[in-house]
Amino acid sequence: MKTLTVSVVTPDGPVLEDTYEMVSCKAENGELGILPGHIPLVAPLAISAVRLKRDSGEDKLAINGGFLEVRPDKVTILAQSAEKPSEIDVARAQKARERAEQRLRSNDDHIDRLRAELALRRAANRLDVAQNN
Amino acid sequence: MASLRDIKKRIDSTSKMKKITKAMEMVSASKMNKAEQNAKAFVPYSEKMQEVVASIAKHTDATHPMLQKREVKKTGYIAITADSGLAGAYNANVLRHLNNTIQKNHSSSDEYTVIAIGRMAVDFCKKRNFPVAKSIIGLPDQPSFAFIKDIASETVQMYSDQEIDKLVIIYNHYVSAISQVVTTNQLLPIENMDTTTGSSSQYEYEPGEEEILAVLLPQYAESLIYGSLLDAKASEHAARMTAMKSASDNASDLIDDLSLSYNRARQAAITQEITEIVGGASALE
Repeated sequence: MKTLTVSVVTPDGPVLEDTYEMVSCKAENGELGILPGHIPLVAPLAISAVRLKRDSGEDKLAINGGFLEVRPDKVTILAQSAEKPSEIDVARAQKARERAEQRLRSNDDHIDRLRAELALRRAANRLDVAQNN
Repeated sequence: MASLRDIKKRIDSTSKMKKITKAMEMVSASKMNKAEQNAKAFVPYSEKMQEVVASIAKHTDATHPMLQKREVKKTGYIAITADSGLAGAYNANVLRHLNNTIQKNHSSSDEYTVIAIGRMAVDFCKKRNFPVAKSIIGLPDQPSFAFIKDIASETVQMYSDQEIDKLVIIYNHYVSAISQVVTTNQLLPIENMDTTTGSSSQYEYEPGEEEILAVLLPQYAESLIYGSLLDAKASEHAARMTAMKSASDNASDLIDDLSLSYNRARQAAITQEITEIVGGASALE
């Protein structure tokens, strides 16, 4: 089976570099599945989970603010944050979700709704990745 | 001449001070190592980012406000300083440079605004009545990207909202442990992008070039701010280390000098005592 080298890089340093058979992720306008030999591609990623598949199993990462660069034999994911399920602080994510929900419910004009929504999405994504592992 | 006891006291207090500066020197040295590692960990991200942005800029005619120069009505200055002093000329250099730049280029305070990072910059701007758009104090010694993200994205947003038409960053660039240079970089609009580093492969863009630039360029600008901050942090610890080292060295010199005068004074006292005894004895003969 042909493989791809996947590297995930964040401003705080590289998170992961390994070979996989398939990368499955969610771009801004839909799901993307990348197999070896894909044409060169650049696409921004939604706040979502990236799934990396190979024979021995599947790895998941919670991605925020990232994009994907594909070359035929290499996939690079640049993200503002990328966490493995084991690295996610569930309690903190839960708190962040509650806080964001509260903000959105409060109907106060002073609140930056967009930011609260993004915070909610980030927290929900982290929880999703941490729990469905 | 100072009495023996006075000299002894000064030697004691100086050596206590030396202990403290020595400890601070060692703490800063280890923080500097860590900061240097952080800056290194950031390099792959920034290089990749640069590469992708450059290759898009090279292959397409897509435009974005961040790539286009516009008439500058208001300039934003990001000044990165430390929260505390005792770092030699580290803070003073940045602030002097900021002050000079503003005096030279602007006649009224409507033409610029400062984004102050670090307590020293905040206090400086307050004292001089510079308009401060945003400020942040209490940065950790090893800031993570999450910590700076809010202020970075808000600053980039100011440019997108046309509140500012140019964004300049002033910070100490880390050259080596003993040398840091004040650097001024124009962050926005992005100019003289180094297109030679862009990969030659032509990419497919999903959904489209303009949309990608719209997502990518703010992230690129934020990453430049974060990179400068890491650089500045490494400089800060290096500057503090050098300052504390020279303080320790000065304390050693002072202790040497004082010990010399202490011994001289002690000898003089002994000599005087002997002279007195001899004098007294010969008077009796």
